[in-house]
Amino acid sequence: MSRNKTVHIKYFALLREERGLAAESIDTEADDLAQLYDEVRARYSFSLPVDRMAVAVNDEFANWSDRVEDQAVIVFVPPVAGG
Amino acid sequence: MFSLSEQPIVEFDLKQSVQDVRAGAICVFEGRVRNHNDGKAVEKLSYEAYAELCVNEAARILAETRDNFDVLHIAVLHRVGDLAINDVAVCVAVSSVHRDDAFKACRYLIDEIKARLPIWKRETYADGSVVWVNCQFCANNTHSSYQSVVAQPQRSNV
Repeated sequence: MSRNKTVHIKYFALLREERGLAAESIDTEADDLAQLYDEVRARYSFSLPVDRMAVAVNDEFANWSDRVEDQAVIVFVPPVAGG
Repeated sequence: MFSLSEQPIVEFDLKQSVQDVRAGAICVFEGRVRNHNDGKAVEKLSYEAYAELCVNEAARILAETRDNFDVLHIAVLHRVGDLAINDVAVCVAVSSVHRDDAFKACRYLIDEIKARLPIWKRETYADGSVVWVNCQFCANNTHSSYQSVVAQPQRSNV
């Protein structure tokens, strides 16, 4: 059975605008990061699907199939456009 | 050395920071804000960055560059905040003993920086519309190249 976890999400760029804030902590039962994004996307009607995004955990890029760890700092990374 | 800057980039300072008496070559690339994108007139733009991840990922890119090319020093500076047309958005400076490595390393650095660093560009056009570049849901470019580069950081040399 899924364990309840608290994660700290930071939002940037388009996601920050769509969410209307830069950071929040939420409780989730999502097993992996892809599930967590789908959960948050459904809740806040984010426009970008998971296959357009990357994800970072504790300031390093991670894989969507990585498990959601309690107290992790998570950032969903929209398509980048630096340079 | 990699850093983000809220202040205008002075290309000369970056060039000075990589100089070395052993260096026969210094290569500098400047990425600048142009006045059009996708056929629309750009009025202004701003860059937003996830600073901590930028620093960590840039350290990987610089390490890859040192593994792949014979360089002496590397300096990379990327602007954040509001920029005007013709401002320098990013500057890469590389020194090496001979020019070939400086040219190739400079090209590798700017390509990887553009593809991998979590930096976003918000463009305001002359018609008043505003867009986070590459983030439109219906955009044709799906950024599959970005995903693959992230998955395979050890790209072979060009």
